[in-house]
Amino acid sequence: MQPAYSVIFLTTATGTGYGLLALLGILRATGDLPDDRAFGVFALGLALALISAGLLASTAHLGRPERAWRALSQWRSSWLSREGVLAIIGYGPAALFAYGWLLLQQNDGIWAMAGWGAALLSVATVYSTSMIYRSLAAIPRWHHPLVPWNYLILALATGALWLNAVLAPFVSGHALLQAICFAALAAAWLLKIAYWRAIDSAVGDSTIASATGLESFGAVRPLDPPHVQDNYLLKEMGFAVARKHAEKLRRLTHLLAFLAPLVLIVLQAATSGQVSLMVAALAAVSVSIGVVLERWLFFAEAQHKVMLYYGADRI
Amino acid sequence: MTSLPSIPPAKRLGLVIDLDTCVGCHACAVSCKEWNTGGHVAPLPDTDPYGKDVDGVWLNRVHGFEAEADSSSNMAGRTVYFPRSCLHCEEAPCVTVCPTGASYKRGEDGIVLVDEDKCIGCKLCSWACPYGAREFDGDGGVMKKCTLCIDRIYNENLEPAERQPACVNACPARARHFGDFNDPDSDVSQLTAERGGVELLAEMGLKPTNRYLPPRSSATVGDGASLEDAADAGGFLGWIDRVLSR
Amino acid sequence: MTIVDDGTGRVDLSPAVSDEIKYTTCYMCACRCGIKVHLRDGELRYIEGNRNHPVNRGVLCAKGSAGIMQHHSPARLSQPLLRVGERGSGEFKAISWDEAMDLATSWLDPIRSEDPRKLAFFTGRDQSQALTGWWASQFGTPNHAAHGGFCSVNMAAAGLYSIGGSFWEFGEPDWEHCRYFMMFGVAEDHDSNPIKTGLATLKQRGAKYVAVNPVRTGYAGIADEWLAVTPGSDGLLVLALVHELLRAGKVDLDYLARYTNAPWLVIEDPGADDDGLFARDGDGNPLCWDSVKNSTVNALATDINPSLKDRVTLPDGRGAVPVFHLLAERYLDAQYGPDAVADQTGLSAETIRRIASELAHAAFAEEVVLDVPWTDWAGRRHEQMIGRPVAIHAMRGISAHANGFQTCRSLHILQMLLGTIDVPGGFRYKPPFPKPAPPGLKPAGKPGDVVPGSPLGGPPLGFPQGPDDLLVEANGTPCRIDHAFSWEAPISAHGMMHTVIANAHRGDPYPIDTLFMYMANMAWNSSMNTSETMDMLTDKDPDSGEYKIPHIIYSDAFFSETVAYADLILPDTTYLERWDCVSMLDRPISNADGPADAIRQPVLTPDRDVRPFQDVLLELGVRLGLPGLVNEQGTARYPGGYPDYLANHERSPGVGSLAGWRGADGQSQGQGAPNPDQLARYVDNECFWHDELAPEQRYFKHANRSYLDYAVKMGFIGHGDPIVLQLYTEALQRFRLAARGHGEQQPPEGQRKRIERFFDPLPIWYPPSAVDGTVAEDYPLHAISQRPAAMYHSWGSQNAWLRQIHTANRLYISESVAKEHDIADDGWVHLESRHGKIKAQVRIMAGVNERTVWTWNAIGKRAGAWNLAPDAPEVEKGFLLNHLIEDLLPPDDANNPGAHRQANADPITGQAAWFDLRVRISKASADAAVTEPGFRPLPLPPGVGPRPAILRYGIKKGGGKS
Ligand SMILES: Nc1nc2c(c(=O)[nH]1)N[C@H]1C(S)=C(S)[C@@H](COP(=O)(O)OP(=O)(O)OC[C@H]3O[C@@H](n4cnc5c(=O)[nH]c(N)nc54)[C@H](O)[C@@H]3O)O[C@H]1N2
Ligand SMILES: Nc1nc2c(c(=O)[nH]1)N[C@H]1C(S)=C(S)[C@@H](COP(=O)(O)OP(=O)(O)OC[C@H]3O[C@@H](n4cnc5c(=O)[nH]c(N)nc54)[C@H](O)[C@@H]3O)O[C@H]1N2
Ligand code: SF4
Ligand code: SF4
Ligand code: SF4
Ligand code: SF4
Ligand code: SF4
Ligand SMILES: [Mo]
Repeated sequence: MQPAYSVIFLTTATGTGYGLLALLGILRATGDLPDDRAFGVFALGLALALISAGLLASTAHLGRPERAWRALSQWRSSWLSREGVLAIIGYGPAALFAYGWLLLQQNDGIWAMAGWGAALLSVATVYSTSMIYRSLAAIPRWHHPLVPWNYLILALATGALWLNAVLAPFVSGHALLQAICFAALAAAWLLKIAYWRAIDSAVGDSTIASATGLESFGAVRPLDPPHVQDNYLLKEMGFAVARKHAEKLRRLTHLLAFLAPLVLIVLQAATSGQVSLMVAALAAVSVSIGVVLERWLFFAEAQHKVMLYYGADRI
Repeated sequence: MTSLPSIPPAKRLGLVIDLDTCVGCHACAVSCKEWNTGGHVAPLPDTDPYGKDVDGVWLNRVHGFEAEADSSSNMAGRTVYFPRSCLHCEEAPCVTVCPTGASYKRGEDGIVLVDEDKCIGCKLCSWACPYGAREFDGDGGVMKKCTLCIDRIYNENLEPAERQPACVNACPARARHFGDFNDPDSDVSQLTAERGGVELLAEMGLKPTNRYLPPRSSATVGDGASLEDAADAGGFLGWIDRVLSR
Repeated sequence: MTIVDDGTGRVDLSPAVSDEIKYTTCYMCACRCGIKVHLRDGELRYIEGNRNHPVNRGVLCAKGSAGIMQHHSPARLSQPLLRVGERGSGEFKAISWDEAMDLATSWLDPIRSEDPRKLAFFTGRDQSQALTGWWASQFGTPNHAAHGGFCSVNMAAAGLYSIGGSFWEFGEPDWEHCRYFMMFGVAEDHDSNPIKTGLATLKQRGAKYVAVNPVRTGYAGIADEWLAVTPGSDGLLVLALVHELLRAGKVDLDYLARYTNAPWLVIEDPGADDDGLFARDGDGNPLCWDSVKNSTVNALATDINPSLKDRVTLPDGRGAVPVFHLLAERYLDAQYGPDAVADQTGLSAETIRRIASELAHAAFAEEVVLDVPWTDWAGRRHEQMIGRPVAIHAMRGISAHANGFQTCRSLHILQMLLGTIDVPGGFRYKPPFPKPAPPGLKPAGKPGDVVPGSPLGGPPLGFPQGPDDLLVEANGTPCRIDHAFSWEAPISAHGMMHTVIANAHRGDPYPIDTLFMYMANMAWNSSMNTSETMDMLTDKDPDSGEYKIPHIIYSDAFFSETVAYADLILPDTTYLERWDCVSMLDRPISNADGPADAIRQPVLTPDRDVRPFQDVLLELGVRLGLPGLVNEQGTARYPGGYPDYLANHERSPGVGSLAGWRGADGQSQGQGAPNPDQLARYVDNECFWHDELAPEQRYFKHANRSYLDYAVKMGFIGHGDPIVLQLYTEALQRFRLAARGHGEQQPPEGQRKRIERFFDPLPIWYPPSAVDGTVAEDYPLHAISQRPAAMYHSWGSQNAWLRQIHTANRLYISESVAKEHDIADDGWVHLESRHGKIKAQVRIMAGVNERTVWTWNAIGKRAGAWNLAPDAPEVEKGFLLNHLIEDLLPPDDANNPGAHRQANADPITGQAAWFDLRVRISKASADAAVTEPGFRPLPLPPGVGPRPAILRYGIKKGGGKS
């Protein structure tokens, strides 16, 4: 699939934003975050900015952005619609939560509920995003049970790392958060490895013969495409990344999204002061770059079944 | 709404495409383009039409494949031409993924359509369709697809014989048939039954309405044994042993 | 889930389609289907097939469906142009029609009164040959022909000299009854839609369809059996089939005795001036041996008992032998056996034997019987029509080889032996065919025929029956600029357009003044060697500084490559903007069930300063005062232009351009006085006329009393005698006798051996002369082209829709060639012939003869032409094979470069041998990834352009992205 930058940005930015928002909501409700308004403004602002920018960016790839509001109507069947609806609803508890924190400096009762609510909706929104992909049987590498988990845990990990980076100037050595960061990263890494293994070894169940109904013959192979120049389908779904290139990017992803942040989080726990701040920030930047790569690969490595008509043997 | 009709459509309209006689002439594709660029989904634009990167919106595209026989099949190798357009699936994922309700399946006859006034051009339906039947019109910013010529098949301004999809009317090899798969007596049902019409990507369970008729196994004539020598008892051309008349 | 919205009411199911419908005839190719054109607000809305039309019965091909885009092509010419720069530079200025006509007149008038031969008027994809040929005769020049000479003249001639009809326009397979169908070398053909529909009919009926073709695409793709024959070897295959059938006695003796010249006696008197001719009686009737009377009898008589075998003694004491005996002797020889030809044809002997047995089975065990009583030529009634259901069709896979005439004759021999000509299930004539084999028409243009200021004595094209009919000077040199009907190509019945430019450039046999061309892209895809042709068109005489071809006038509707090579451009309309005529005098659109002709009517009015070429030609004729075009007062005889001419011109009394609704009252057909209302009647009848034959007239037309009488009444044939099919072609023997020194008209010494070798009255097979010597070893691969169904020659590329299907072409190669040369799919190669070298990108495929490479024809374009972007894929990735093909073979005498060079053509008919091309292949670097050769881009002439960046054809008013 063509890795569209707006969609990569959308999923990674909102993922991080919702991860961050969810953690803020929960940790605030459990009293694990300081009341500090500046921190609140900073952290919540970042979360909402990422979410909003991501959502806005998503309209950029629409053919008719002015009609984007229509996307909210089909929540009964469409995960994209659900994502949109949840994202919008999510602003409610988030606003309430922000109000409670930043203006009232409260974190209990209804304000805690708001935090939990924001967290729940964040999870639900990220889940919906992931289900947009998970539900597409035409793209087997997306239509995979690990995909929602991948999205959710990566959202948590990136959110946590950014929270960690934002929190560092205010609280030094937040052990719980560091533990969350570590655990989320480790889990995300394992999941990603499992996912990559799974898709690498998957044998597609559709073949050029089943796609053309020519199973009564032995071998079927393409002779001529319908049109000589690439068309929409090929531009959108015909993107293929060279194996070598993909392997390189995967290694880079291992490094930037997982290994480096994990090391940095450990390093952060072992250091203090400016160094620790720097290390936390570095970890957040690294994971974000890593996740962009991961998301790029998620698209680039996905094969669409339509390619069976354009030369793929089996998908 | 983007949910699929809950009651099975009364009619299941669709196409049967005969891979045995399709010669890959592209007549169906071009006549489809011609009809539809001025029809219900008008226009089907072409970008850089006379330049290096020409690209256009086509609702029907004809591929060429080579199918070679292996030991397990009794077919001779063939070049197979394969027109590809919307199959009007019963379990159409392109409909359920649509966030706007622009994509819908008609309850009446099962035709899957896009309501262009509602479409936001999110392309999700094109990702959902494994058959590549959705075509994005980047100029209009909306999704287009085969309409089964909805503006022909019921069109009272056309002569009754012409109330057929443009591609069906045009096909010089008569490899395309249109009709109601719910009617066991229709052409399409009969052909499907007789010729073992296949469901493409059946393993995906989308229950496409359209059926493809696989190439027939080769016709044979006689037993193929070499001809016997004519007895040449009466000398050269002795077998011409009777009086001929003019 | 619940239905919230089941879609009801979301779509207007009955939108108005059009506010006006007009019928006319498609001209996106020469198939000439009937179309129904829908107009909305004066714009083209939709073009569909006419269901009532005898050619296409409502279907429409890809090209036909893209007519809208042809009409809106940005390459349309829009005003007359006069060259201002050097020829070939493409620099023009716009001029008025008055200036253009004045100029043309000023060039043509003097040569007409001085030497009309100095005008060479050649037309390409023309469907107005009845007009253009007549115009040339009126001008007085013999130098006229259309593209038939490079297209398929050898097959047309082979058919007309053998069976009085031929494949394609003159005949078709009986799709409804055939049981076994063999198609030789056809990718698309002129009978585009009927063949597709026919194949479907055939397959549905379970008949077996065998494709004989080095390439398995298109029609061959859907065959029951594909025979990957080696190019140029079909003759061997067919004669091996003949061998097998003869060996087994599986021939239709009754058919041969009744309908063919199988029993006719051939004189065996070596050295005599009539050796090899038919023995005749005092009245000139051929003789045969009556096996009951035991004497010679008039072979044309009825109720005789002709013998097919055994040598006999003629009344004059000389020996003679029936044609069939001679034929059997020849083809029973082991050299024609399957084992002997297997290697060369690339097919196994076993396969050839099996095909022969299948043919025999279909013909003799699966007879078709129609319960239709009919009466033969002699008035004998037959209760049934009994047919042998084997049909054959062939086209350029046979014709584009130098052995095509004889190969095609072999095919007709096979048909005759099986008794499948015009019988149920076989090959069927399309009226006005059959005609006598060969037709009686002779070409005009002998030395005395050309008189300055006067018309030619007859039509410039015809069918020579022997040396006396040739158009040669006393010393044997050609009379025509294209050398047609000379010893180089005696039976070049359609002329030789492909030699005109080369000969005019050399001044061989004489220099000309004006080359006038219409609808032929001679500076590109229709020249055998494109680069050389461009050079010849621009070459100047070093002494005078004048162009070797002083004046070139060209009529095209579009900015084709050739436009840049003309001095004066007469821009034509598109096919939707003019009257045209598909005449029975020309290339009819009849089918086997009855004659048909058609017109085209203007459905749109030109929005540019262009004129229908036919109108221009008529006006030019008036300005030149050509006899048939002016009346006594010197004013226009057809002041109403072409429509006036169509309705009122009579070729001979009662015969005109159109056969329908003749006579003052419009009640006659075929023959009758002009009907001023005729075109209106055509328009009323959806622009065509088709007369359905009665069931009893539909088969055995060559010997069917009712049909023959009908054909006489319609003016198709002069008399109602049966048409005897010719296994043995006496006309060829006459040329041979001349080569042996007999007769007045003698071939030049250098030609004798060739004539003796090739003019065999019974078909032979010979390797194409382009492959003599070491060529086969040095250039081991065959290179051929195919027409894509969705493109018409060079014109499709300007069509925004069609060009997307074939934006560029590949060189298709077999897996074994790829392996041998270590070429990967999509890789680049050099392809080299003894004549040139090109670079192209490959595609590897399974369905191709192992020693053959091929590509789609005419996709490659010259930069700038057709108003395509100069970097369009057609230019950078497309290519022509033509750069590799040679016009002329190497000199007859290898040691003397100045020696005579024979055209790269069929030696009998002059048909260009496009597919005799031999090449070698080598891997090329993909660095530039651009095909070679490339040419300087042509600038756009005035009045052409600009090309749109996006097309939104059909957009609703006020539509589009808000
Ligand atoms: N769509 C379309 N239709 C056309 C045209 C067009 O340009 N486009 N052009 C028109 C014109 S002018 C013509 S002349 C006709 C020609 O129509 P066709 O006769 O169909 O001509 P080609 O496409 O050149 O096809 C030649 C076929 O012969 C095969 N062949 C080559 N060499 C041999 C051989 O030695 N033996 C055998 N058995 N086969 C061989 C090739 O593989 C190819 O399939 O088509 C007409 N119709
Ligand atoms: N390599 C190779 N070369 C071949 C062949 C092959 O098989 N292989 N086939 C050969 C054969 S059989 C043929 S017939 C030739 C065909 O070659 P051409 O006869 O040259 O055919 P086109 O390329 O169609 O060129 C016809 C010209 O007519 C112009 N034209 C189109 N419509 C109109 C109109 O309405 N009015 C006027 N005035 N002009 C119009 C077009 O713009 C174009 O310039 O090619 C030959 N060349
Ligand atoms: S073929 Fe594709 S577009 Fe058509 S209904 Fe099925 S899934 Fe939808
Ligand atoms: S592109 Fe249009 S039709 Fe397709 S899913 Fe999006 S809104 Fe629906
Ligand atoms: S049914 Fe209509 S829209 Fe669909 S492929 Fe055929 S012509 Fe095109
Ligand atoms: S029009 Fe008919 S024969 Fe031609 S490509 Fe389409 S389905 Fe095949
Ligand atoms: S075959 Fe196609 S292009 Fe040719 S006349 Fe018929 S519809 Fe037109
Ligand atoms: Mo041709």
